[in-house]
Amino acid sequence: MIRFQHVYKEYPRTGLVLQDVSLFVGKGEFVFLTGPSGAGKSSLLKLIYMEELPTKGDVWVSGVRSKGVKRKEVAKLRRKLGVVFQDFRLLEDRTAEANVAFALEVIDAPRSTIQSKVARALTQVGLAAKGTSMPREMSGGEQQRVAIARALVNDPFVLVADEPTGNLDERATRGVFQLLRDINASGTAVVMATHNLELVRRSGYRTIEINRGQVVFDSGDGDREKKVEVLA
Amino acid sequence: MRLALRETMIGFRRAPMLSVLSITTIAFSLFAFGLFSLVAVNIRKTLGEVESRVEIRAFLADGTPVEVVSAAMGDIGAFPEVSRVEYVSPDSALARARAELGEFKDVFESAFLPASIDIRMREGHRDPETVKMIAGRIRSFEFVDDIRYGEDWVDKLYRIRNVATATGLVLGLAFAAVAVIIIGATIRMAVMARAREISIMRLVGATDAFIRRPFLIDGFLKGVLGGLLALGLTWFASQVISRNFIQTAFFSRGLASLGLLGGALLGVIGSSLSVGRHLRKV
Repeated sequence: MIRFQHVYKEYPRTGLVLQDVSLFVGKGEFVFLTGPSGAGKSSLLKLIYMEELPTKGDVWVSGVRSKGVKRKEVAKLRRKLGVVFQDFRLLEDRTAEANVAFALEVIDAPRSTIQSKVARALTQVGLAAKGTSMPREMSGGEQQRVAIARALVNDPFVLVADEPTGNLDERATRGVFQLLRDINASGTAVVMATHNLELVRRSGYRTIEINRGQVVFDSGDGDREKKVEVLA
Repeated sequence: MRLALRETMIGFRRAPMLSVLSITTIAFSLFAFGLFSLVAVNIRKTLGEVESRVEIRAFLADGTPVEVVSAAMGDIGAFPEVSRVEYVSPDSALARARAELGEFKDVFESAFLPASIDIRMREGHRDPETVKMIAGRIRSFEFVDDIRYGEDWVDKLYRIRNVATATGLVLGLAFAAVAVIIIGATIRMAVMARAREISIMRLVGATDAFIRRPFLIDGFLKGVLGGLLALGLTWFASQVISRNFIQTAFFSRGLASLGLLGGALLGVIGSSLSVGRHLRKV
């Protein structure tokens, strides 16, 4: 589903941010990505939704290969995965409903299905009653839930979350994390970058630690080897 | 398309001052272009009027029989370069000379002027070479005594026309390029103001073509509105010039529509370049 093979990423100014990263994330998995700031977590996530392409090596996501990928293919890939950020990235002048609907409208989804899909996604994140609220009228946790609803509305196979709880208090963090677990339980894979080691420890999910651009620990390593073998 | 229109309107509503500023900037850059075009149109019109007077006058030998003259006129009239052939009798020649001289008309009280045939050239055949070639052919008629066609001024006129056309073309292109750059810059401001939306659109899988659409509509509308404003300003300027300085011709309806279409096209090109540049970066 997601495969990194000897991936290097280098930026002209900051230099090498990822070095020889190889990993596999299977269908329906929940994976934590941990490591200090600047370790390369966000860069790794960007390679998954192909905001960035590797300098060397290959990334495969749902059958799309990074090498020679076209912008149109990237756009199509993003319709199959959801992305959530620390800063929510909502449109401030639109209601929660409109923010979620936006993800369907921009991919020319049939208008007849938009309303029901939006209602379903908002219900799934526990905001059925807040559809007409503006982002500024909502708490941080609620705004992140709207962002998650927007990411979920296209039924993605994976949810990529870059520090989704980074701006939230403990209570909201727990709520958002529980929501991500529920989403994962319903079959959607989750790849979540976080600094919150407490959350990681308690959950028992697979953890990949990155330091200075390299994978220094992968709790699901043995499993990964098996999957790579099956793929080969 | 509905969504693209809605997004365009949201852009207008969210930053009305920016939109007004864009339209005004476009209007003034097109107004400069319009003023220049107005000058070009009027120069062209004047030159066209002068050009239409290009004629060859063939003076006939004394005593040429009428039937010979009219046969020759038929032949000359059949030349594709010739639009009109007219016989001028000695009496008419005298009357015309007296009319042209005004207060000195008495000079011609008892003069005798030769009969002539005046040949007007068709539009597109008034260049010095063609006029000279036709004059040469007419000179070969035996009964033609002398021939005049203002060699010097035909040559000069044609040169002025060519210089005016070339200058017009170069300046026009320069003005159009400036307009595209200005429109591009103003649309770029609109693009920057909506950078967040663009990044979200890309994140949820919108194609570049889809993201471009509202901006192209935006550029088109701003181009049309700016064009309309520029047209109004140019019309006003032409009225002021006509009343206070010199009678000027305004654009024909077709040319005005073409100008509006040009404004819209510049708007679309400007936005396309701006959005394209932004999309290549993100």
